[in-house]
Amino acid sequence: MSGQAVNASLSRAFFALVRRDILLAFRRRTELLFPVIFLMVVVSLFPLGIGPGPQLLARIAPGVIWIAALLATVISLDALFRSDFEDGTLEQFVISGHPLTLIALAKILSHWLVAGLPIVLLSPLLALWMNLPGESLGVMILTLAIGTPILSLIGSIGVGLTISLKRGGQLLSLLVFPLYVPILIIATAAVMAASDSLPYTQFLGLLTAGLITSVTLAPFAAAAALKISLS
Amino acid sequence: MNVETAKTNKPRKNAFVMFIHKMGSPPWFYNFTGKFIPWFWAIFIVLTVWGLYLGLVKAPADYLQGESFRILYIHVPAAWMSLLIYISMAIMAFIALVWRIRIVEILAMTSAPIGAAFTIVTLAAGSLWGRPTWGTYWVWDARLTSELVLLFIYLGIIGLYNAIDEPRKAARAACLLALVGAVNLPIIHYSVKWWNTLHQGSSISLMGGSSIDTSMLWPLLIMAVATKFYYGANLLTRARVKLLEQDIRKAWVREVLKEKNG
Repeated sequence: MSGQAVNASLSRAFFALVRRDILLAFRRRTELLFPVIFLMVVVSLFPLGIGPGPQLLARIAPGVIWIAALLATVISLDALFRSDFEDGTLEQFVISGHPLTLIALAKILSHWLVAGLPIVLLSPLLALWMNLPGESLGVMILTLAIGTPILSLIGSIGVGLTISLKRGGQLLSLLVFPLYVPILIIATAAVMAASDSLPYTQFLGLLTAGLITSVTLAPFAAAAALKISLS
Repeated sequence: MNVETAKTNKPRKNAFVMFIHKMGSPPWFYNFTGKFIPWFWAIFIVLTVWGLYLGLVKAPADYLQGESFRILYIHVPAAWMSLLIYISMAIMAFIALVWRIRIVEILAMTSAPIGAAFTIVTLAAGSLWGRPTWGTYWVWDARLTSELVLLFIYLGIIGLYNAIDEPRKAARAACLLALVGAVNLPIIHYSVKWWNTLHQGSSISLMGGSSIDTSMLWPLLIMAVATKFYYGANLLTRARVKLLEQDIRKAWVREVLKEKNG
């Protein structure tokens, strides 16, 4: 096969896989909604627990929304490889001859489209609940749009490592939350800077750097993790 | 594949390569390290007693912090070790993943609990030092926070290693996590550092002039060397036990146990 043909078949496999995963997700629509509902419930607990004072809520809004996004992502992560692992599809992927890295990247992309993008789309409502000032809403949405793919990418390594365990979910959160620390710090710093009318573009730059780094490295680590788990 | 079976019919290699190959063989490793462990423990105890005597008794009290600065003789060496052990674990994890040497897998994985212990000591000593100095046990200061995150990463590695039943698969999974953590740790460290500043500036640098008096510095350096020997002794002791555990059905272990029991 010539190089071009290989490339064409790779990209075909990639998009076929993304399409299949999204299709599968939409056939189970209620499951699709769980992370979103979870996110809304968690965020709504904060005003109940802390009190409805608008200024206090506005102060903690970036942190609350971001932490809720972390939790919702980790909850949805288990679905990333679980069903494919259990019915043996994952093993078929491995022997299919396509690089496992590419397959992992496709799975991560479809996971983000299904679980990460809804968080981004829901964030205006959450910002409204948390009384986030209007001018920082745009930055909040931007940080989530850049940041949630990183969560899916880093999370995929953790899922790959814990997939062979029956109850990997609890361990998964222990593995990935420490790795999420920088994203949480930078993203909330950006929103807080925007709330205080300070420059925030440098934080968005750092976050984008994080996204580029994790897109380049995480799929390889996830593929290596899957190989270990399947061995 | 076993390292010891792979190399039997090869031509002689130079002494260093031979040594590395021999260390890959469990019985050889077991016997070789057994000779060093008592010495490591002995040097550790002598250095610790000496260092603590100099630090806790001989060194003068700090004119700003009074007697409480002496916690530093535990806190700082432990903090250095918590990072050094992570680096050593990550290097061994890399070797274990690339060359699949079982002994290196075991060494990497037995490093994790020791590193976690040093991290806990660092955090506890730091809190005790913080009470008289800052007036509170816990401050979300940059270094304490990154130590805390480091502890979580250690716990994740230990947790993953213990969660998977098959020992070699568990070791390889946990080694990969250690490497992922190694890539992330500098990022975590700098993001946390930038996020908060309250700690005093670093007052010991090997490159430039130190702002600490020599009578206070010496005990610290002695303790720093002592903790390295502790790591070596503890690591090898744990690794040998782990080897015996994993190879319990093999002939060399039976021989070792027969010798032990007379």
